[in-house]
Amino acid sequence: MSAEQLIFYALGALALGSAIAMGLLVRSLAASALCLATTMLSLAGIYVLLEAHLVAAVQGMIYAGAIPLLLLSVILVGGLRDGTFGPPRPRQANRGVLVATAAVLLFGLVLSQLPSFAPFAPAPAGFGGFGQLGMLLLREFSVPLVLVGSLLLAAVVGAAVFAKGGAVE
Amino acid sequence: MIPVEHVIALSAALFTIGAITALMRRHLIAILMAIQLMLGAVCLAFVGFNRMWAASVESGALLDGQIFALMVIAAAAAQVAVALGIGTEFVRKRGSANVDDAASMRW
Amino acid sequence: MNDYASSETLRWIPLVPLIAGLGQALMLFVFRRSISSALVTATSCGAALLSFVLTCVAFWELVGSASGAPAIIDRVNTWVGVGLGGTSFTADLAFVLDALSAVACLVVTTVMLAGNVYAAGYMSGDPHDDGGHQRFFCYLNLFLFSMLVLVLADNLLLFFVGWEGAAVCSYLMIGFWFGDPANAEAANRAFVIDRIGDFGLLVGLMLLFWSLAAVGEASVAFRDIEAHLDRIAQASVPTPSWLGGGIWPLTGVIGACFFLAACARCAQGPMVAWLPEAMVAPTPASSLIHATLGVTAGVYLLCRLSFLYASTPEIGALIAWTGGATALLAALVAGVQTDIKKLLAYVTASQVGTMFVAVGCGAYAAAIFYLTTHAFFAALLFMGAGAVVLAMDYEQDIRKMGGLRSKLIRVHLVVAVAVATAAGFPFLSGFLSRNEILLSTLHAEALPGYAVLYAGGLVTAGLLAFALSRLLLMIFYGQGRHPARIRSGMQDPGNWIILPLYVLATLAIFGGLLGLPQFWGDMLPGGVDDSNSLGNFVGRAVAGGAPSQFETSTEGWSVAALLACSLSGFLVALQLYVRRPELPPRLLQRFGGIHELLGASFHIGRAYDPLVRLVLGFSDRVLFRFVERRVIDGWIVSLPAKGVLGFVAHALKYGQSGMAQTYLFTMLAGTFVLLGYLLF
Repeated sequence: MSAEQLIFYALGALALGSAIAMGLLVRSLAASALCLATTMLSLAGIYVLLEAHLVAAVQGMIYAGAIPLLLLSVILVGGLRDGTFGPPRPRQANRGVLVATAAVLLFGLVLSQLPSFAPFAPAPAGFGGFGQLGMLLLREFSVPLVLVGSLLLAAVVGAAVFAKGGAVE
Repeated sequence: MIPVEHVIALSAALFTIGAITALMRRHLIAILMAIQLMLGAVCLAFVGFNRMWAASVESGALLDGQIFALMVIAAAAAQVAVALGIGTEFVRKRGSANVDDAASMRW
Repeated sequence: MNDYASSETLRWIPLVPLIAGLGQALMLFVFRRSISSALVTATSCGAALLSFVLTCVAFWELVGSASGAPAIIDRVNTWVGVGLGGTSFTADLAFVLDALSAVACLVVTTVMLAGNVYAAGYMSGDPHDDGGHQRFFCYLNLFLFSMLVLVLADNLLLFFVGWEGAAVCSYLMIGFWFGDPANAEAANRAFVIDRIGDFGLLVGLMLLFWSLAAVGEASVAFRDIEAHLDRIAQASVPTPSWLGGGIWPLTGVIGACFFLAACARCAQGPMVAWLPEAMVAPTPASSLIHATLGVTAGVYLLCRLSFLYASTPEIGALIAWTGGATALLAALVAGVQTDIKKLLAYVTASQVGTMFVAVGCGAYAAAIFYLTTHAFFAALLFMGAGAVVLAMDYEQDIRKMGGLRSKLIRVHLVVAVAVATAAGFPFLSGFLSRNEILLSTLHAEALPGYAVLYAGGLVTAGLLAFALSRLLLMIFYGQGRHPARIRSGMQDPGNWIILPLYVLATLAIFGGLLGLPQFWGDMLPGGVDDSNSLGNFVGRAVAGGAPSQFETSTEGWSVAALLACSLSGFLVALQLYVRRPELPPRLLQRFGGIHELLGASFHIGRAYDPLVRLVLGFSDRVLFRFVERRVIDGWIVSLPAKGVLGFVAHALKYGQSGMAQTYLFTMLAGTFVLLGYLLF
């Protein structure tokens, strides 16, 4: 087992563990947010292993940085009470079990019937790096880039509207 | 060398955990976080497959999966921002962050 | 059929009144706009006139056709076309104009034209003004359409359509002034009694079809039935033991079924009851629908199927005896009636009875001759009576009239002509046609009891002469028995009413000459070759052919006998009602019981009450309350509606719970199911 594999398994276990903690084990919302951050950070580590360097950086900045920051600030400062703990109601518990079983069955079946793939070929130089990705973004994917930009603009405007005392009844 | 099946298995497991969390928690923010987890799992799948096809294109690299992952992350950021705005307004007006109270659009 | 000439004009003869009637119905019932009565009248009379003109044109075509085709046929379209197994059955929407239907068509259109003009005048002063003017003419037009379809029909199915249409229009007309519930009841009774005949018609139709299909010639067209009659003549029907057991020939059974239909429509036998009931209709309707055209549809049916009846003499005997008995008894009852229209109703029943006698004796051409002349003078009688009633301010009791001849001069003239014709004044049309029939009766040696039938015919003639003379004398002669205020305001009716009556009177007087027997034709100066042109013409299309020539001496004695009977009837009436008016009350005291029995026409009408109650009760309790309300509204409509509503609303609404987690769960579940399906 190579070093890469070891690191992958470790990071994977971390991700799984903090995901379960986030959802089902932890009692306070702030703790859940931190667990989410941990999960995302371990995913970023896995991205590095998979030669997706820019994506890993962005993931670390946003998914493991900005988003939990936002969540934490709203949770801690914005007056959200987290008093909704307690055992889940029967209906929700049933649904959860149902979905879990279905997912396990489905994914298990699919994964067990997959043919074994060849191990990864060595990636070409600069694969997943800033240069290549940047060139792609600015050339072939310039339209999606601009669209994402407008999406973010819309989100900013929406957030500003809500901050002013928005339109929810 | 990381077997791609394991990457996919990890992604599926994270997605499932996110789904179950979204179904079983009652706090709006908790559900939001679970949805983000699901999105993250999907990103992992994209990147994993992308690595699998990395060397198959002769001239230049095939980086579509990573581009898509970037888009997903950007969209997730926008989502969270707006959802938190709506969520705080909702709590301010209704006085409760329980998702069961957000059921006014019923029959 | 191959030797029939084809045409495209025949279809317009019934179509024109149909369009007029439907147009008026549309205006009235759909748009609820009362169009001006002048327009209604113009449309109606115009339609009748156009039909008449088209009939004349078609008749001219038939008579003058160079190819000598026996008939003109206008095949519009195939109406029913089915095929099962090896058989195929078609019934065409086709109209045939042969000698028989040509004569009938001419009679129908002529009388309807006169009747339309008369009705325009009569209904204009209708006090019941409930917007009924348009309705009346709409019904009239639809009736004309039905009668023309009936007469021109090429096959029994189309004939049935016209038959039913005429029955419906007749019912609508009887109950025309439906504000008075008695009228509606009378209409119901008349309709129910008529349905008895429909049963016979349908059974006969089905038997015919079945028997023809069994020999491989599935068709109900008249010429096809005639062509293949011999093949079904051998079939027979076993009869149930309560009818005497034994085997009856199929043609006889079919003939009896159609005879039942004709009986019910023509108010013969026990079914005479509906005709007096029908007299609550407005007088123009009574005169057209019930007296002349509607009732003679039955005779037309029998003559159409003359080839069938020619092969079953025992059914012919049945027809003749039924007709003869009805003729005699109806004439007897007519003699004591006091209501003008009821009196004329019984007179009509008696006349139709005489037509039945002719059919039974095999003299179909004579029956058609009588049908033609009867149409003219019976219409004249009814319309003239209507004019009298109008002048008397809707009074219909002849005991309240008298001495009107000084005031109603023109009406008196036409009614006198009508009475004279109907009663058998020599050489008017009534006399000639009745003489024809009596002669045929005398010579029908194959008919059991023909001599009695002949004697009965003579007695009937006398009784009718009495009844009609009594009518005339009581209305127009003797002392006036009506209040003075009516007398002072009385005047002859207007031109719209009188002119058609003049036309009909002319036809009544001179129409008989169309059927002058050769016996007389030879005696005319110069000798006329084909004096019985009507008889010879009709004879082309019916069994039995042209009326036979009888020996001179028989003719002479028969004429003398008939004259004697008619004259004696007239003289008795004259004596009783003009010379010695004190006699009738004394006779009434002596023979009060018989008088009452006759007056109520042997209480036949009451016998139908249970039947009518049964039919209406069934219709209400079973058909309406159970089938309509419970089954259709309840089980078939409400239950599925509630079921669908219940399912959709109460079950599916849970899909709209408004709870986000439910939606999420549904989405996830759906995705997994889909994935599972796609992958495996």
